[in-house]
Amino acid sequence: MAKATNAQFMRGSRFQLRAWFLRHLQTLFSALGELTRSPLGTAMTAGVIGIALALPAGLYVLLDNVQAVGQNWDAKAEISLFLNERIDDRAAGRFATTLRQRPELRHVQLVTRAEALEEYRQLSGFAEALGTFEQENPLPALVLVEPTLRYSESEAIRGLVAELGGLPEVELAQFDLEWLQRLHAIIRTLKRGVVVLAALLALGVLLIVGNTIRLGIENRRAEIEIIQLVGATDAFIRRPFLYTGFCYGLLGAVMAWLLVEGGLWLVRGPLGTLASMYQADFLLASLSLPASLVLCMVGALLGLAGSWLAVHRHLHGVEAE
Amino acid sequence: MIHFDQVSKRYQSGHEALRNVSFRLAAGEMAFLTGHSGAGKTTLLRLVALVERASRGQVFIGGQNLNRLVRRKIPYFRRNIGLVFQDHRLLPERTVFDNVALPLVIAGARHQEIARRVRAALDKVGLLGKERLHPLTLSGGEQQRVGIARAVVNKPPILLADEPTGNLDPELSREVMGLFNSFSDFGVTVLIATHDIELIRRMGTRTLVLNKGYLVDG
Repeated sequence: MAKATNAQFMRGSRFQLRAWFLRHLQTLFSALGELTRSPLGTAMTAGVIGIALALPAGLYVLLDNVQAVGQNWDAKAEISLFLNERIDDRAAGRFATTLRQRPELRHVQLVTRAEALEEYRQLSGFAEALGTFEQENPLPALVLVEPTLRYSESEAIRGLVAELGGLPEVELAQFDLEWLQRLHAIIRTLKRGVVVLAALLALGVLLIVGNTIRLGIENRRAEIEIIQLVGATDAFIRRPFLYTGFCYGLLGAVMAWLLVEGGLWLVRGPLGTLASMYQADFLLASLSLPASLVLCMVGALLGLAGSWLAVHRHLHGVEAE
Repeated sequence: MIHFDQVSKRYQSGHEALRNVSFRLAAGEMAFLTGHSGAGKTTLLRLVALVERASRGQVFIGGQNLNRLVRRKIPYFRRNIGLVFQDHRLLPERTVFDNVALPLVIAGARHQEIARRVRAALDKVGLLGKERLHPLTLSGGEQQRVGIARAVVNKPPILLADEPTGNLDPELSREVMGLFNSFSDFGVTVLIATHDIELIRRMGTRTLVLNKGYLVDG
């Protein structure tokens, strides 16, 4: 007996769940229908939201790309030791060997004066001009050392650079990654800036959606009064507006995605050419799948929140008659 | 079914719309509510439908003290009351079917149930076959009957009408009143505000008369 009642109850609740689900689906479709009935207005609202979302999303992608470039060099914290001009290749070789004894250096590579000239000739494209230097090689020998320290331990590295720079054979010790550290600091600052910008624009999206929904409520004031009089709950009245806001936000996010991808596509060609000029193999990355999903989710949630605010602010103003 | 116990309603403007009104209306009873304009007819109906709350006194509907009903429960309470308006208050963008179906949709009735009940209600007011039309393409009398079908589609125990024949010619008025009469025969409590004295006299039903907020007869 108890079993039967239980089964009945379960059936009942499943039907209720189905009815609830159907009602929501119906509201979603009627909200979509409402939006397609005025395609221009919908496109304009979604466009404004799209631009507002595309700005921070686009900047984020660009900074991510710059950071990725930096990350490729992260592993190698390389110190360049430009040797004194008086040091010939043999002396340079001896110097390199002494350096190899040092435990704090993981890797030591000697670039002799001849090698340096050859490399420079190949990479710079100034081969003809350099032909005149044939007898007098102006380039110093170079020793590239890689410390066992991580580049992130910048204080220790700086100490090492100073120490190596003090050696008599060394004319100049240069820690190549200092600029990279600065770059990272700049990126961190810019990222913070993007967050601030994103917060402001998110507020903008809230206001755009809120205002659009508010106008919708004004336009349907008479209808809202009527359905209140025939017993509609606040939730019933709210629902279509919330779905409309949700759809606006989602459409805006899709628009933003298209804008960002379109922008990246436009930049990719010239940037590739530019990168190839620097012998760099660099491909501008698109929005990743998770980032795209986050963008859509943020858009939809902002739309929902904006309409929620508008509905709460203005629906209480509509009391029957 | 409807019980007013020394009810007064004073608006914020200071206007005293109802003064110390007491009456009872039994289940299945039909009554007219009359008086000059501004006598408080509409206010009384609004108190029954809980669009307004009484300033003093108590209103009982079906044994429920409306003073004790919280705002959150008002929608559920209203589903027990069918409302008919002078200006019909139909949704112009929806079809006749959708207009009549509204209370059922709001109450979350199932699809087949809605279709069945809407057809029954439209049949009762003689508008079966006009479901697909839009209200504005109908005549005034037909629109009023759509409004009535909407008011009775979920079979509420109480039906309130505010000047339902205000815009209708005598022939149509009689028809509409006959409809209300038939609902009360089915056990629905009907309260109709009107100043159509001629019609009231012909019908010979109970009449509540308001004068400057006082209930002077009934």
